[in-house]
Amino acid sequence: MLPGGGTSKTTGPMFGAGSLTFLTSKVDAIINWGRLNSLWPMPFGTACCAIEMMASAASNFDLARFGMERMSFSPRQADVLICAGRVPYKLAPVLRRIWDQMPQPKWCISMGACASTGGVFDVYSMVQGIDTIVPVDVYIPGCPPRPEGLIYGLMMIQEKIREESLVKHFEHRAEDPTWVAKPRANEADVVGLTGPFGNSTQQDEPSTGVAVKADDLLT
Amino acid sequence: MTDETQSGLDTVDEGPLPSEATDETFSGSTGDPAGHPTVSALIEKFGDAVRRHRLTAGDQWVVWVDAARNLEILGWLKDDPNQCYDMMSDVTGVDYGGGRPVNVVYQMFSTVHKRELRVRCELPIDALEIDSVCGLWKCADWLEREVYDLFGITFEGHPDLRRILMPDDYEEGHPLRKDFPLRGRFSRPEQTRRALNQDVEHYYLAEDLDQGGRPQEVAPAQVGTIESGEGNG
Repeated sequence: MLPGGGTSKTTGPMFGAGSLTFLTSKVDAIINWGRLNSLWPMPFGTACCAIEMMASAASNFDLARFGMERMSFSPRQADVLICAGRVPYKLAPVLRRIWDQMPQPKWCISMGACASTGGVFDVYSMVQGIDTIVPVDVYIPGCPPRPEGLIYGLMMIQEKIREESLVKHFEHRAEDPTWVAKPRANEADVVGLTGPFGNSTQQDEPSTGVAVKADDLLT
Repeated sequence: MTDETQSGLDTVDEGPLPSEATDETFSGSTGDPAGHPTVSALIEKFGDAVRRHRLTAGDQWVVWVDAARNLEILGWLKDDPNQCYDMMSDVTGVDYGGGRPVNVVYQMFSTVHKRELRVRCELPIDALEIDSVCGLWKCADWLEREVYDLFGITFEGHPDLRRILMPDDYEEGHPLRKDFPLRGRFSRPEQTRRALNQDVEHYYLAEDLDQGGRPQEVAPAQVGTIESGEGNG
């Protein structure tokens, strides 16, 4: 009896009753095992988070222990996009294109406060969270996160892969081709991300409860 | 340390001037022009075109000159053998807000005489035009493009006055102006939509740069977009 399986009610021609679900389960396990131990990151480092990302790959922390033997500087050979640092609007189409160029299956890590929410850069030029541009699997808080944080985030990706099943493949990975290079978040999402208390630098509502517009403060 | 330098350091202790500061409230040193050979020579040669001067941060001389004569004065500063400011370290701008004049700041260094000088020109907020100094210093090209991009100051005679930091099709204005809202003029969804609609395939060929030409345009169909979802694991 193999672990984790049930018994099938159907009769298989080759393996006999009770074996089909075992077979599927083991294929999942082998494929997931292979995927999660050979994640090749696509480093998209734009700021100080990238320094911590480099430190993670260097000998003290050694991402290679987790199967990330090779930082793939080509999106075509990458599995997980690590967006480390702030992303200005001018860079948004580049990030989106790199994500579109990565082959399935692929995952995305938003590393640090700026990539996740815009951080302190609540200004005209900055994307308020890359989840408005690409789908994000794991957000890593910190400014910047320590290498342990990035490693923990990658281990969460591994955990996520471990739970995946080929049966649900298209459920997980369905992509509408007409949405290529389109914003991932809809308008309401984008407004929500930048509304009052939408991020750490929103100062429209001080503790007095009197709403002050940022425009008024500037004049 | 001379007395003049000491008086300049006094203002360092006071910290930077608030942007509300006017000439009347200015309490720092205007400096003795004799302390800097270029400043005294400028006053002697150009007279009224030198509006005023200051000594800040210890030994940094600042000279305000007539914006209409900037090319003449800066050209003289570069070519006169006794001045010879052959290095343009920076061209930048300052907007103090409140409708006050926008300053164009030239930070120069003379590698011959080992002297530094900062020249400023004041432009009225409703007529932001000044002559380009690209003909004098090649490096002013991109610096002036940056000032144009962020402050909207037009440099007459610039060979290639386009945006340099903001996207080519940016339509919200000039971000470093004080009347520009911090988060831009468009809503976040509109900014995101415009950002993703940028054509990232614009690029320059070496020949284009030589001739001051426009970027190559590549139609989206030519650059390999994903035709269908790659769902094959």
